[in-house]
Amino acid sequence: MTPALDRQRNILDFTLSSLLRRRGKLLSLVFIYSTVVFVLASIMFFTHALRREAQILLADAPELVVQRMVGGRHDPIPLEYAVAISEIRGVSGVQPRFWGYYYDADLGANYTLQAVSDNSLQTGNIAIGAGLAQLRGLGNGDAFSLWGSDGQPRTFTVSRVFSPASDLLTTDLIMTTEGDLRELFNFSKGTATDLSVAVRNPREVQTVAERIVELFPDCRPITREDIQRTYTAVFDWRSGILLVTASMAIWAFVIFSWDRASGISASERQEIGILKSTGWATEDILLLKLWEGIIVSLTSFLLGLIGAYIHIFFFSAPLFTSVLKGWATLYPSFRLTPFIDYYQVAILFVLSVFPFLLATIVPSWRAAIIDPDNAMRGGA
Amino acid sequence: MILQPGVIALLLASLGTTGLLLYAAGIGIQILRGWDVTSSNEQQLMLERKTALVSSIIAILLGFQIATLALFIYTADALHPLFTGSMCAVGTLNVNPFGYPTLLAKLACTVISGIWLILNRADNRSSSSPLTRTRFLWLLALAPLATFESVALVTFFMKLKPNVITSCCGSLFDGGQATLSSVLAGLTPLPTALVFYITAIATLISSLYTWRTGRGSRILAVGSVATFITGIAALIAFFCLYYYEIPTHHCPFCLLQPEYGRIGFLLYGLLIAGVITGCGSGALERHKTKPGLTRVIPPLQRRLAIFAAVSFTIYLTLVTYQAAVSSFKSG
Repeated sequence: MTPALDRQRNILDFTLSSLLRRRGKLLSLVFIYSTVVFVLASIMFFTHALRREAQILLADAPELVVQRMVGGRHDPIPLEYAVAISEIRGVSGVQPRFWGYYYDADLGANYTLQAVSDNSLQTGNIAIGAGLAQLRGLGNGDAFSLWGSDGQPRTFTVSRVFSPASDLLTTDLIMTTEGDLRELFNFSKGTATDLSVAVRNPREVQTVAERIVELFPDCRPITREDIQRTYTAVFDWRSGILLVTASMAIWAFVIFSWDRASGISASERQEIGILKSTGWATEDILLLKLWEGIIVSLTSFLLGLIGAYIHIFFFSAPLFTSVLKGWATLYPSFRLTPFIDYYQVAILFVLSVFPFLLATIVPSWRAAIIDPDNAMRGGA
Repeated sequence: MILQPGVIALLLASLGTTGLLLYAAGIGIQILRGWDVTSSNEQQLMLERKTALVSSIIAILLGFQIATLALFIYTADALHPLFTGSMCAVGTLNVNPFGYPTLLAKLACTVISGIWLILNRADNRSSSSPLTRTRFLWLLALAPLATFESVALVTFFMKLKPNVITSCCGSLFDGGQATLSSVLAGLTPLPTALVFYITAIATLISSLYTWRTGRGSRILAVGSVATFITGIAALIAFFCLYYYEIPTHHCPFCLLQPEYGRIGFLLYGLLIAGVITGCGSGALERHKTKPGLTRVIPPLQRRLAIFAAVSFTIYLTLVTYQAAVSSFKSG
């Protein structure tokens, strides 16, 4: 081994043994440090995993959804629009969609009702999400009543319960036939809730969207990219807000580590004094302190990271589910797919290790320039 | 302003490092004013101790600069879906005029901190620290640059507004507009590669000469800057085609993506290592005859020269190998 590497190794050896001698002080620092990393990492892993789930789901969303706006609010769209839109060059198909929300006053929960676009259901039958089935104690063949918008109850038969694997999408979902949904919500004939438009060439989506606005100025085309962008922005924003809140913790931690590094104990002073009197230079002591910082940082960083991983991916983030997900009575229970991005780890590293190293440089130097004679006598 | 974790991390790191660097520059001014190696009074003793502090600050800073350089490009890339029409980091950096200046300032800070550490190393080897003034003059040059970088970074992120239509790498690197990067992409591939090969081989010969004889470091410094620039130009104009295997794709950042094995980190890392060591060797040249350094600098220069030679050789081998084995063939 080269002398330079040997020097580093020897100093590292010494640092480790000296850290282990002051185990109590070390443990309290590592505990606080890894808690900070744990909180930051949990926030980032969680939002990132949610964003990924959303992206995977949205990959199957329609390329273009056309909604009619009346007075700035979403209104049913006449079916003639669908005919005109399907004639635009580049459009390969237009599918009217029927859906709505239903408030269940007994449970205080909201359901999403949607009509199937094929013949997979018979009139009077519904398919429901696993969350809803569990909430109301329903199974295949059971009857389920919903209040129509005319005030009359209508009874449906559950013909299928969606598998819990699709919970994120289906937990509060009720699928019905188009006729049943029209009757239940009293939708007027000749209108749909919105239109889903398929475009042959994905590069033409923007052009088709512009053409639709030209033809129907009262319509709002929403592209899949718009939705994805909005989701990305919302998740970024949510994690950003949480991180800004948590930055108070980082700040407190910086002050703590500064204080910790400045207030060296009498025995440490003595140790540095002895080292210097046996020929250690200020640079060597600084190196020792740097290694100390690196050991503490990496240990705490890894501990915090592992803790956050377990918290998010094994226990589904019990600590901040309510803040990040939103609020609802019927909430999908799902386990996030474990996924770690190097980019996230790099951000965490910059957020937690940089402040620590920055805060300890000056105090370390102060410790390193201690006058050996004074230190060994126990003076200031 | 976009409140994304990467943005927050970069802002925090940038403000922290610039603050510390300005503090170091403050010490630098004290040292430039009061430094007197012949004196042994208390003030001189304190100043000598403070040089150790500044060295650790810059060493840590260099580490931070390299890490945040990569993080900056990755964050630009992560933000691109927020801007219609942008397909990678290039689009994000083009959203407002502060993107590329930030990147260049970061690059310059990295190289200068590297050279500074080389000067520092030479100085520490000598008992009389004859390079102290030189080091702190370099530090005073670094401080405004880092401040500029921080200001540009903050402005860049503050002015980012999602949804602004930006030119994506497809149109930008087609060579339509006359921006620096499109000029690089618009260079005719083969001649650019040829210029790069000539420059790189000349630099290699010069570095081997310095390694053998200990002379010619200034030429090596000029050569390594030229190799660095032509290396990047040739990468964008010529070699990247063999990585992407698409004749029109000239993006300098997609090489950092996992699809291409993150090979860009290695390639850019080698170029940066080469330019730092090559320039470091040149920066030491004029101090070679100073008392106390005559025995320190020449061996250090030779080691730096061989380091530069190795970095550029690996770079040269990697890109040449890719051009040779890639299934893509240019006309």
